[in-house]
Parts: sequence; C-alpha cells; structure tokens
Amino acid sequence: MNEVTWEPVIGLEIHVQLKTRTKMFCRCPVGFGAAENTQTCPVCLGFPGALPVPNRTAIEWVVKLGLALGCEIAPRAVFARKNYFYPDLPKGYQISQYDLPSCIAGKIIVPLHDGEHKVGIVRAHLEEDAAKNIHVGGRSGRIGGADYTLVDYNRGGIPLVEIVTEPHIHSADEAKQFLQLLRQTIVELGISDAEMEKGTLRVDANVSVRPAGSDELRTRTEIKNMNSFNHIGRGIEAEVARQVEVWESGGSVEQHTYDFDVSTGSLTARREKEEADDYRYFPEPDLVPVEPPPELVEQLRAELPELPAERIRRIGGALDHERALVLVTGGLDGLWERTVAAGADGVAAANVIANQLVGAGVDPAAVDAAELSRLVEARERIPRKAFDEAIVRVGEPGFSADPYLAQEAVSDTASLEPVVDAILAANPGQVEQYRGGKQGLLGFFVGQVMKETQGTADARAVSELVRAKLDG
Amino acid sequence: MTAVVDTLRLSAEEAIGLVERREISAAELHAAYLDAIGERDGDLHAYLRTVDEADGTSIPIALKDVISTKGVETTAGSKILSGYVPVFDATVAARCRGAGLTLLGKTNTDEFAMGSSTENSAFGPSRNPWDPALVPGGSGGGTAAAVTAGLAPWGLGSDTGGSIKQPSALCGNVGLRPTYGTVSRFGVVAFASSLDQVGPVAKTVRDVALLYSVIAGRDPQDSTTVELPESVVLPRAEKLEGLRIGVPRQASALDAIEPGVRAAFGAALTRLEELGAEVGECDLPRAFDYGIACYYLIAPAEASSNLARYDGVRYGPRSEGETYREMVERTRDTGFGDEPKRRIMLGTYALSAGYYDAYYGQAQKVRTLIMREHAEAFGRFDVLATPTSPTVAFPVGDKAADPLAMYACDLLTIPSCLAGLPGLNVPCGFSEGLPVGIQLIGPQLSENMLFRAGHALERALALDLVPERLR
Repeated sequence: MNEVTWEPVIGLEIHVQLKTRTKMFCRCPVGFGAAENTQTCPVCLGFPGALPVPNRTAIEWVVKLGLALGCEIAPRAVFARKNYFYPDLPKGYQISQYDLPSCIAGKIIVPLHDGEHKVGIVRAHLEEDAAKNIHVGGRSGRIGGADYTLVDYNRGGIPLVEIVTEPHIHSADEAKQFLQLLRQTIVELGISDAEMEKGTLRVDANVSVRPAGSDELRTRTEIKNMNSFNHIGRGIEAEVARQVEVWESGGSVEQHTYDFDVSTGSLTARREKEEADDYRYFPEPDLVPVEPPPELVEQLRAELPELPAERIRRIGGALDHERALVLVTGGLDGLWERTVAAGADGVAAANVIANQLVGAGVDPAAVDAAELSRLVEARERIPRKAFDEAIVRVGEPGFSADPYLAQEAVSDTASLEPVVDAILAANPGQVEQYRGGKQGLLGFFVGQVMKETQGTADARAVSELVRAKLDG
Repeated sequence: MTAVVDTLRLSAEEAIGLVERREISAAELHAAYLDAIGERDGDLHAYLRTVDEADGTSIPIALKDVISTKGVETTAGSKILSGYVPVFDATVAARCRGAGLTLLGKTNTDEFAMGSSTENSAFGPSRNPWDPALVPGGSGGGTAAAVTAGLAPWGLGSDTGGSIKQPSALCGNVGLRPTYGTVSRFGVVAFASSLDQVGPVAKTVRDVALLYSVIAGRDPQDSTTVELPESVVLPRAEKLEGLRIGVPRQASALDAIEPGVRAAFGAALTRLEELGAEVGECDLPRAFDYGIACYYLIAPAEASSNLARYDGVRYGPRSEGETYREMVERTRDTGFGDEPKRRIMLGTYALSAGYYDAYYGQAQKVRTLIMREHAEAFGRFDVLATPTSPTVAFPVGDKAADPLAMYACDLLTIPSCLAGLPGLNVPCGFSEGLPVGIQLIGPQLSENMLFRAGHALERALALDLVPERLR
C-alpha cells in the first residue's frame, strides 16, 4: 500500500486591538459599552480636511510587542493607505503599514511535547480598526442581500496591530498552543486584553496541505470568523480534512476565503465580489515616517519582563511540558514557582493550582504561596472537604492554613470499615465486575466512601481498605 | 454714518490702520466690502457666499471655499459637498478668527481646486476683474479676483501646483505659496496632500507677509507642519545688494511663454539688477522636462484616494440606490464634475497593481531628483525667478475643452511645488493691458527673503494694479 500522509501548512494572521486610552489617529476615547457613534470626531468620521495625528503610546506598544516577538524594529516605518470602498471605512482607505512595517523578522519558540518549534513572525504592524457594520435583514449576515446596514464608528480608528506568521505551523493543536502563548505575551505586556470573545484578538488562518516530507507550498485558503481558540482548532481541522479529500480525489484546491460556521462546524466560501484585490497602497502623505529613537527602543527592550515562552522552557525542566504550558498561559506560573519555593511538590502544586484553584475562581495574585504550599503538602492527610474549603478561601486576606491542617482525616480502620462494608454490599454488580478484572472500579468505590463520609475520610486509607476487602 | 472707504485701493495694512485708529469699525468695514461685492461681484462671481455680519474686531478676509468654516457652508466648488456645513474650523480659519479677522465670505474655486481657470467650479466660473470675458486663473480665481476688484482686503487660497500664484499673476496681485509644512492643512479639503499648501493673497507684499504671520507655524493637528525657525519680518523698502537671482535656462527656453510676458519678465529682471541683485542663469533640466508629467501622476494618485470619502454615507447629498455600491456609484457620478472624475481615473490607474512602479513609484523618484536639482541651484543662487504664468489671462472657454492645454498653464509653477519650496508672485508689468507676474522661488523656509525681494521690486515698479475698467 502506498498511502500518502498529509502535512498541514498553516500561517496565521492575527489582529490585536490595543487598549490605549485614545484612538490611533484622533483623541476619541477607546472603550466598550458606549452608545453607538458617541466616540467619534471629524477625524475618525473622515470629514473633509480632517487629518490623522498618530498615537504615541500605540507606536511605543507595537515596538514593545515587536521586541517581545524577537523582531527587528524598523528605524523608519511608513504608514500607507489601503484603498477600498466599504461603509465601515469612512475615508475610503485604511491607514496601515505596507512595505515598511514597524517590526519584521521575529519568531516565537513554541515549546511542544516533542521539542521546541520555531514559528517565524514575518511582520507586526500598526493600523487603524474599521468601524463596525451591522447588516440588518437578508440571510447572509453580509452586506450583499442585507436590507440595510447600520454602522457604529466607535470602533473605527482604534489602534490595531496585525501580526503575520510564517507558514511554520503544522497542526491545529500547534496553532492553538502558539496562539495561547502569543496571547499570554500580549496580555503580560499590558497592551491589550486580547479577548477573542470581545474581538480584541482576531485570528485568520491560511491553510494548505502537502505530502509529509515534501517542502512544496500548495494553494492555500484563508479561514475567517473563528472566535475562540477551540473554533480555530476546529476550523483548521475541518479545512485540512477538506483539502486532503480534494487532493486525494484527484481535484485541486482553489484559492478562496472561507467563513467558519461555529454551529455546524462547516466552512462557507465567500463570494469573490465582496473582496477587492487591488488596494492601491501608497505612502500616507498626511503622516511623517515613524522613527523610534534607538534609545527608546533599547529602553523598551531593557524593560521587557521574562516572557512566557522563556518561562515555559525554564519551568518545563522541573515539570512536564503540558503542565508548564497550562500554568504559563494561564498566568499561574508565578504562584506555582512561589509555592514550590515554599516547599510544595512541583507536580502536586501544579495540579492544585491549575485545577482546584482556578476551578474555585481564586485570583492567583491574591494567594499567599507559603500557606498554599502547606495545604498542598497536607492534601492527602486532611479531609477532602477541609482541603476544598481551604482552597476556596486561600486568596482571602490574612488566610491561614492552620485550622484546616488541624483537621485530621479519618483513617482508622474501625471507623471506616462499616462504611466500606455498606458500600460494597450496596453495589454487588460492581464488586463482581471488579473481581472479574475491572480494576478501574477501585476509584468508584473510594469515591462512594468519600461521599458517604462527606469528605472526612483519608482517601489513601479508604483505598487500601477497599482493596484489601475485594482482593482478600 | 459709514465712513467712505475706497476698497479698490485700500491695502490690508491701511484698513487695519483705519480700524485701529477707530476711523471705521470692523462692522462698518465689513459692510463696505459687502457693498462692493453687491456692486461688482455680479460680473465676477468671485464669491460663492458671503457672511452678513462681522464676527470679529478687525478687518475682513475672504477664504477659498476649500477651507472649512464652522457653521458656514464649505463646498470646495463641488456639488458633492453642496449643503455641507462643517462643525469645525480649519486651523487657518481659526487662526484668522483668533486674530480678530471677520469672515467676509467663501470664494469660488475649481472643483476640489482642480483647474487653472476656475471654470471647473460646479457653481459657474469666476471672471477676471481686468476683463470679465477672461478667466481669473485658478484654482483660486475667486480669492484673486476678489482682492484685485476690492471685494476683500485680502484672502487665503490653496496651492497644489500653482493655484495661488497663477491666479495672482493673472489678476495682478501678490500671492504666496508657502514652504510645504509651514501652514496647517487641517480642515482644508484635500486635493493632493503632499502638495497642498494654504497661502495668503493680497494687494501688497507686506500684506501677504502679515497674513502669513497669522496663519503659519506648527499645528498639533497636522503632523506634517513645522515651527517657523524665525518670525515673519514685514519687509521695508530696501536695496537688494548681493542678492543672487538665478533664471532657469529651461524656463526661458519654453516656447509657450508669450512674447509680452517674456518682455515684462525681462524688464523686471533689469529692475532687480538696478536694485543691486546679481542675475545669472541656472539649470533645472528635469524640473521642466518632467515636472508636469510627474505632477500629473502624484497629484491625481493622491486625489483618487482623498476623494474616496465622498460616498454619500455621512454628509453631502446622496443619490439613492438599490445596494450600497449602487448608492455610492450614483452619488459619485452625479456629485463629481468631469475634472475630478478624470483625475480619479488617472490616479487610480497610476496606483494600480502592475502600474505602480512605472507610474507613481517612478514619479516619486523624479520628484526626489527635482528637489535635488533645486537644492543644487540654491548652492549658487538665493532666489530663482521665472514668469509665473506663460500667458496673460485667457478668454473664458478657450481651454475648457482641452485638459492638456489647461494643465500647461502651470508649467512654470509646478516644479517648485513638487520640491516643496516657497514661491511668491509679484506683479511685474503688463502685456496687452493685462497684468504679468514674476515668480520668486526660494529655498525652504526662506519666506522672509522672498518678502524682501518682492517688496523691493514692488516699490521700484510702482505699478497701478487697479483694473482700468474699475478706476
């Protein structure tokens, strides 16, 4: 048999809305929840004669981001006009950067379970967001066929960074991990909330496939409208599967843009007519080139914190990769490190923090690591109930583990035996299955006992007792 | 009792004197100009609209209708902006108000300042005060005609490739196109952003200098502006000892220059020499060989983008359509006249994929060469001089059907515009009874020197610049 294995080739285009106080080219406030068209002025509405004035903070932030992505910072970046007609674009052009972007040639090292993967960053540039169109009526949800379109210009002109990666990503999973890492980097730099649900982080994927082992680049398609990391994973997987099927059935993939429909998990091709392909870019004559002073760039470089990718690599040495990734992209690794430094076991601390603590909605920043460490170490000894209660409160000011540690879990056979016997007696079917070889049912019996004792029993003692009774 | 003023001969400086000495109030002076407009503008159509009440404490001013005026309709000579009333003042309008000037009215312009005769105005052409059968030049024909006909003591124009200097030459007054970046473009309806510059038009060089001092300087709302390195100095009568004046050989060689214009220009050079200046020849081969071609790629390219905002969505008249696209297309089809449409097409083509490098990209390179060429000339000369316009005012209708002939009107003014340099038109004589202007070009930010040279020449020539038919 001569079956081809297909390798996905994925590049991402990411838009990040910056959380500057004011817009990119005017001093209108940036913020959610304001009434429609109240955060506008002659500049962001494109009135005759109005001129753009760049936002200094946004320029500093794109430099900061570029440095965090290992990019070269252009000593001279140039704003350009991207020309096309659409109601969300009041000037008839978007001010963006084209041939001379602020940041080029960077990379993010994505630590994966099978080693480190390098994802190249082609560029990161600054532009202004378009306004928000609300197409009313019609079925398509797009302007063609809508009864009318409402435009909210509040969003128009908010600073946006566009990040373009090299096609270095080879699975949906890798894409998700890359994005988690990128998102965490952006959040930690303090330049954006980067929330996909709010649209402050938007991702389009360029996808193609090739026979594994080859280095050819086949025709790619673009997938848009994926608004969570999971949707991105699903969208990419669906498109990869579609392309593989096209190639394997002897067809060829055509260059197209697809919308990912979350509800059906399917991809819909956009009608070509809605896309302008010649943007007639030229340097924006209303603005002077962006020339960040070298001292500023060096200062921003010096101020960079230790970045998520570096931290995953560092703590991944002491911990497995998966847990390190979860901790770092969840912003939990700081607490983990402090907890471990206070004496807790690494894996146990990681599990408690990433599962129980997050599940209980505790703010990791509020937790006293020394107290948490004591809880983690005692978690098998004290009653489950006491432990769970302690975790819920561990973020409260002045929290002390003492009262919880004082509670001893019930571990004496005399107290536990009647309960165990009762549970076994109540579940004869499961007992039979266990004895027939289904060892996994041990957890079931332990769980039942814990429930019956309302979490006061010592889980290890219960487990030993149950096993002794069943195996004996 | 309104004091009797002869607005035909009154300079802005003299008018300010009258108001300061309380010989006349700002309101009375405003009224006097409105009277003059009522009397003479029927023939000239210099104004698109006037403002009834004086809203300041000093003398009046006329603003070209590309300058946004809060609460006063601003159309840029286009139907697509008819009825558009700005909610904000252009920075230059605000600075005029800040200086106490009263807004007299908005003057006619070729649509979006695209033209050299004011015939492209959607609201009808303006006429030359020397002879209403002739054009006043353009695009700022309205302001230039108003100043010469005594319908405003002074005014502001905007110049992209000659729209201040050429009408001033054809109407016989003084006009300055300032160094690019010294006057804010904020609120000025854009034609070609890398070339547009607002500047003063008045009867005398001193008036022009005074008005320039009001409007010039860095504006935080226009990123391309700079602070003036030195304050504006009002010129006094003086000799021009040691001033080195270069005359570009390639300009003199142009066949398009009428003999009468050539003669008046030559006589002005002689007069400048008598004042102590040294006149020599210089070379600007690329500027004159490629200037027009370069300009007609860059300006329309930028215009095609600048005019994209007129879509009927947010302001201005709208032609309805079944779809968004149809609405925009109909709005633009009915709203724009032929010249903007022509330039939008030219510019769109020049920027299109596959043509960019050959057209827009190449034009930018040529523009850099033209700048360099001028910089070299200023190594040997302080000022460059040419006639401002190759011809005197021509009859209305003469070139209206021939865009290329119209474009050639700006042959002499365009090169220095591409180089971002200041240029001053000073009346220098007459040909066939019509005014001829000399264009004085200086290095960047050399306005004070141009004022000195222009003022000395103006004093030495002592021309009577009131049209005979109005004397």
